Amino acid sequence: MKCKACRQPAVIDIPRHNAAFCADCFVRHCQEQVVRSIAAFDMMSRSDRVLVAVSGGKDSLALWDMLMDLGYQADGLYLGLGIGDYSGSSIGYVRSFAADRGATLVEVDIPAEFGFDIPTGAAAARRAPCSACGLSKRHLFNKAARDGGYDAVATGHNLDDEAAVLFGNVLRWDTAYLGRQLPVLPGTDGFARKVKPLVRLSERETAAYCVIKGIDYQVEECPQSAGNRHLGYKAALNDIEVRSPGSKAAFYFGFLERIAPLVAGVAEEERRDLHPCPECGSPTVADLCAFCALVAKATRGKLSGAADRTSG
Amino acid sequence: MKVVLRNPRRELDMSGPRRVNALLAELDLNREAVLVIVDGTLVTGDATLPADATVEVRPVISGGAR
Repeated sequence: MKCKACRQPAVIDIPRHNAAFCADCFVRHCQEQVVRSIAAFDMMSRSDRVLVAVSGGKDSLALWDMLMDLGYQADGLYLGLGIGDYSGSSIGYVRSFAADRGATLVEVDIPAEFGFDIPTGAAAARRAPCSACGLSKRHLFNKAARDGGYDAVATGHNLDDEAAVLFGNVLRWDTAYLGRQLPVLPGTDGFARKVKPLVRLSERETAAYCVIKGIDYQVEECPQSAGNRHLGYKAALNDIEVRSPGSKAAFYFGFLERIAPLVAGVAEEERRDLHPCPECGSPTVADLCAFCALVAKATRGKLSGAADRTSG
Repeated sequence: MKVVLRNPRRELDMSGPRRVNALLAELDLNREAVLVIVDGTLVTGDATLPADATVEVRPVISGGAR
């Protein structure tokens, strides 16, 4: 195969674009997709301070790399989840990347700061590990962005992630989640702006970007994610994609264009019910925000101390 | 050729030469879900892998909380 742009030998083919690229042109392709997403959804400007949520995986490191190359003021935020050797190796990839790029890295360690790790917290709260992990990440990303005075939190959600979540939300016709499944969630009282600049790139593309750029990342899957239903959704969507390239993009971007406006009101109604969590002040629709409730269960009633740390 | 698979990491000895797409088909792997890497370099689906190659088939699917 030849590169679509320069006719040199290609290193990667992208069936949904009916294209193949050499290494240099592929990096440009990825950057162009990110630039296009940022512009199309008015995600941020170069004067914004951006906090990139980094896990040590391909998506978040590729995002951080691209945002810095594109001239954004992007610092990294790593959350230590306390998942044994997996967390130990993940932080190594993140620190190495930050050191190589001379980038600023903020670290928050959940076991050290809140007194529990994700596996035991999930068990105590009778949640799936991915559920406890996800709610902790959302809470702590938001808190770190607000505490640090950042204009936006950028996450490495890619096209496959968004298509899989959309698939799950459609299977359940969960209109509240559908109303919130946008590439930009604006900053409102208590919430930092959240942006997903990788929504035009598949995870095969973000992985290829890292290989080409020499970015070392955590290839091994999180040991807590076995049985995660989104992995099943991704496999189902990839079976469709390989038979009909472009299906995932058509599914997701068709939703954004034609369906998201129809369900926006549902999310708006939910926002009206938000009030500050009595323990930490974060917006919630429940008596206690999900993170404080998790901390309470995980630390067996030592909530006041944990809440002090949360709100501090 | 030696084929290195991940998650869990394991190695297979397979006959060669053969094309990347044929290798993935024999391993029953979806091309959307993997990258194929030879000597640190990505290769496209139509590339021919020599019999003495060491080939990494790297999964790209991430799951769990994002």
